[in-house]
Amino acid sequence: MATLWFCLVALMIAAYVLLDGFDLGAGILHLFVARSDDERREVLASIGPVWDGNEVWLLAAGGTLYFAFPALYASGFSGFYLPLMVVLWLLILRGISIEFRSHIHSPVWEPLWDAVFCFSSLLLAVFFGAALGNVVRGVPLDAQGYFFEPLWTNFRLGGRTGILDWYTILIGVTSLFALTQHGAAWLMLKTSGAVQLRSRGVARGAWWVVVALTIVVTWFTFRIQPQISLSFAAHPLGYVFPAIAVAGLVALRWFLAGAEDVRRELEVFLASCAYLLGMLTSVVFGLYPYVLPASSNPAYSLSIDNAKAGTYGLRVGLVWWFIGIALATGYFILVYRHFRGKVGTETNHGNY
Amino acid sequence: MEDALAIHRLHFAFTVTFHYIFPQLTMGLALLLVILKTMALRSGDEHYNRAARFWARIFGINFALGVVTGIPMEFQFGTNWAQFSRAAGGVIGQTLAMEGIFSFFLESSFLGLFLFGEKRLGPKAHWFTAVMVFCGSWLSGYLIVATDAWMQHPVGYALGPHGEILLASFWGLLLNPWALWQYLHTMNGAVLTGCFVMGGVGAFYLLSGRDEAYGRTFVRLGVIVGVVGTILQLFPLGDAQGRLVARYQPATLAAMEGLFETQQGAPVAILGQPDVQNRRLDNPLLVPRALSFLTYRRWKAEVKGLDSFPQQDWPDKIPLVYFSYHIMVGLGTILLAVTAVAAWLLWRGRLYQSRGMLWVLMLCLPLPYIANTAGWVTAEVGRQPWLIHGLFRTPAGVSPDVLAGSVWFTLIGFMGMYMILGILFLFLVYREIELGPEPRKAALAEFGGHE
Repeated sequence: MATLWFCLVALMIAAYVLLDGFDLGAGILHLFVARSDDERREVLASIGPVWDGNEVWLLAAGGTLYFAFPALYASGFSGFYLPLMVVLWLLILRGISIEFRSHIHSPVWEPLWDAVFCFSSLLLAVFFGAALGNVVRGVPLDAQGYFFEPLWTNFRLGGRTGILDWYTILIGVTSLFALTQHGAAWLMLKTSGAVQLRSRGVARGAWWVVVALTIVVTWFTFRIQPQISLSFAAHPLGYVFPAIAVAGLVALRWFLAGAEDVRRELEVFLASCAYLLGMLTSVVFGLYPYVLPASSNPAYSLSIDNAKAGTYGLRVGLVWWFIGIALATGYFILVYRHFRGKVGTETNHGNY
Repeated sequence: MEDALAIHRLHFAFTVTFHYIFPQLTMGLALLLVILKTMALRSGDEHYNRAARFWARIFGINFALGVVTGIPMEFQFGTNWAQFSRAAGGVIGQTLAMEGIFSFFLESSFLGLFLFGEKRLGPKAHWFTAVMVFCGSWLSGYLIVATDAWMQHPVGYALGPHGEILLASFWGLLLNPWALWQYLHTMNGAVLTGCFVMGGVGAFYLLSGRDEAYGRTFVRLGVIVGVVGTILQLFPLGDAQGRLVARYQPATLAAMEGLFETQQGAPVAILGQPDVQNRRLDNPLLVPRALSFLTYRRWKAEVKGLDSFPQQDWPDKIPLVYFSYHIMVGLGTILLAVTAVAAWLLWRGRLYQSRGMLWVLMLCLPLPYIANTAGWVTAEVGRQPWLIHGLFRTPAGVSPDVLAGSVWFTLIGFMGMYMILGILFLFLVYREIELGPEPRKAALAEFGGHE
């Protein structure tokens, strides 16, 4: 039962990364691929009707984590107090920059929110990556299962660690480039003309960086968190997850390599999804059954068994969870179908 | 530790109070938007569609702020109240997760269609999206109230071997009698905010001599729904809520009423300041025996005063509980009187010409916000010293390793951030009101327009 919930929470986090990932990526690229006001409105219109729904996956995953693994929620959220608060402020800035920009047409108002949108999206990508890095590296849990990390100490791995050290920053930078690539793939799919052309250029360039960072990050991760090697050694079937990531990267290159008039945009986007999904599931598989490893004393680590909620609650939750997620999937299909196709001047009803 | 506890409480109180400015209008307006869209669909009159579009623009700004200030609330259970979350997450995590999965997905999906899809959808499908937005926001309200209701009146739980609180009955949690009454009381309060905002803006247009057709629609809708709402809010909803408090939280009731001594035929204090030190009410203006009657329907019934409870179980901020309760009830009464007079004038066909009454309606706009906020302060400060009433004390709930300095830092950060949000909100909403409900010809040419 706890394993099932572990998989469901991981699935929701993956859904969040794939969906909000592309609008974060679009935000990172906003200032760079879209130069004129019309082009920027095109970028915003491509995510406008969906970004809020995408962000709900973060809330839904958080809520599910809360009731399925209350001890993990309590430890993780209080321990990552400072970075989470920064994430909240960034989410606030990002949300209002998307919604408020369109209200006033002025050379002061719009560029201001464009910059806020880009800046907050960029930092969020880095912070989410760093958060994942912290979970992989492990945190200094005490016997009661609590910890507190400052934002940074000396950027080294040993001793009293901070949220940011060289390893977590490295993961943050990887996340930044991976989501940039993901956002570029989304913009290739949804826009046309100059924005699409520039996005394509970004996707091609980012690919090399992502490949290089993936290799480096994988090498360090196996050294820093021994549990991951143990998991893969114990269950070789798990290699299917990194294989998905590699396949995604190869496919991405393949579909990007085609001539510019060959429409392979959907394939590019799906390949980017496969890469992100493969990377995330590899980490999750590697850590299982741990959900928050302790860097202090391995015995203090939180695993699905010492973090899970009562059996009755987990069982009853299963019923409504499946009903709720089926409904949510239905709404998403409805919305994405309704807003399918390219964002042109015709479909952008002046809302952005 | 004492110091950190106070800041943790202030942190939650500040962020939730600011947050609730927005959802109360979202939930109230969602209902009024469904009414406007229904009128448009039934009459085929474009006037109502334009009115709905105008309020949809304000709804959109308000909704965005509700979303961005709402995310910190879910996070804070874990960041600031980790021990509480660890103990009770298996129960209240259920309703919070259900809110995300059942209502936020519904709300966000259909809001996108409602705000951006009118042209493609056609009138019936667009009406349907308005109904779904309404359902999403009202379902969200229920699940949040059910979460709070469980903290006010815990039901359907069992205690585990390590003191953790386990869910024992899912339907017990969802159908908590406290939740049902609190929900109706809360939602009706939100409807009143929607009514007074709509009516107030309508009165502003009529007084300014502009957009008068819209002004009349807004005032009419606000007053008609408002008069029903204010009556229901006092009876049966407020009355039922009060009797639940009397039954399950008698110490809180005593604090709300400023009743220090247990007595038969207890009075209601209309005015007066509680003097907790000397255990008495200064400058009291009392209605004899009214409290006994309201609580137990008998003039001579005994009502327990604070002296019946050990001082450690008293709410720790009695004057705040007392005043916020009195502000809520006082404003509720004033709003009832205002809507009753306005409804009578409307019925006589004189409301739109009565400048005095229109001035009153316009100036009453902030009052439901204050009443709703005061109601929540009564409920949540009145629940103290318990985090889960009778089960789990507030000091036991904080995050042990998050020290006062960190909480000060983020509290100040939120204050600065929310000040900016508040200014932007007022600026943008005032701008929409100034631009008015008429389709904008100039804007149409430039942007492709909302129409």
